[in-house]
Amino acid sequence: MKFAPGAAVKVRDDWPEARGPVHIRTPHYLRGRQGTVVRHLGDFANPEDLAFARPASRLPLYHVAFAPEGIWPGGGADLLVEVFEPWLQPI
Amino acid sequence: MAAADLTLLRTDSDRLLAAVRGLLAAKGIVTPEEIKERIRFVDEAHPGQGARMVARAWVDPAFRATMLADGTKAAELLGIPMRGMPPLGVLENAPGLHHLVVCTLCSCYPRAVLGYPPFWFKSAAYRARAVRDPAGVLAEWRTVLPADTTIRVVDSTADYRWMVLPMRPPGTEGWSEDRLAGVVTEGDMIGVTLPHVTA
Repeated sequence: MKFAPGAAVKVRDDWPEARGPVHIRTPHYLRGRQGTVVRHLGDFANPEDLAFARPASRLPLYHVAFAPEGIWPGGGADLLVEVFEPWLQPI
Repeated sequence: MAAADLTLLRTDSDRLLAAVRGLLAAKGIVTPEEIKERIRFVDEAHPGQGARMVARAWVDPAFRATMLADGTKAAELLGIPMRGMPPLGVLENAPGLHHLVVCTLCSCYPRAVLGYPPFWFKSAAYRARAVRDPAGVLAEWRTVLPADTTIRVVDSTADYRWMVLPMRPPGTEGWSEDRLAGVVTEGDMIGVTLPHVTA
């Protein structure tokens, strides 16, 4: 487990959708955005492999908080979203 | 399922379902009894289950603490079947903080405690707008929050299922747990509405 509660993180600005068939549980609107780890929720089988019936390793899943600024133009609210560890980078 | 039964099924999807269930059993992945049990769990689940949890949390601080730390355990303490269900997380509303649950990617919903999701929860409009304009969504539900309230949108993207523990409404002092559960609706536990007492 890489991130402790309170860790500042950035969601990878990656778009695997452009490279072929995928099943991604990281919403588009969070790619490249900065947030704060709230807590580790547990380890769960990687949905990106499960969806294609591939052997799936268990990955740490975090609850990550995001401020509305810089996500939606002139609106939004605080966000709390489950994000798998490989999608998070330390900042 | 025996081949003879298949001839009684009318649609292709019925036949496909029967074939898949037969294969799952034949390959020993799940037994017909397990499928039957799961269907029973899902069919028996309804928002009254979540409402029972909320009412208990309002009158029992120890239960409330358990519920916020481990929703699955709290549900099981009230006899709600959780075996094989995704873990349940509970987020507490407080003065100045309101939670709104959405699944922008599909329709993840805490079915074990709220039953089948309402049609609008799965709509593209709710899923898109709940994250982008939650204040507008709440206004359309005629849900009025105090001006200084932070709205926190919970996007249910992965393995947990989330429900909201709303604040106990004024005017319910001294009420029994059953009576309290009666004022809690499905919408209150998603966060589009607030429990209220009609005079």
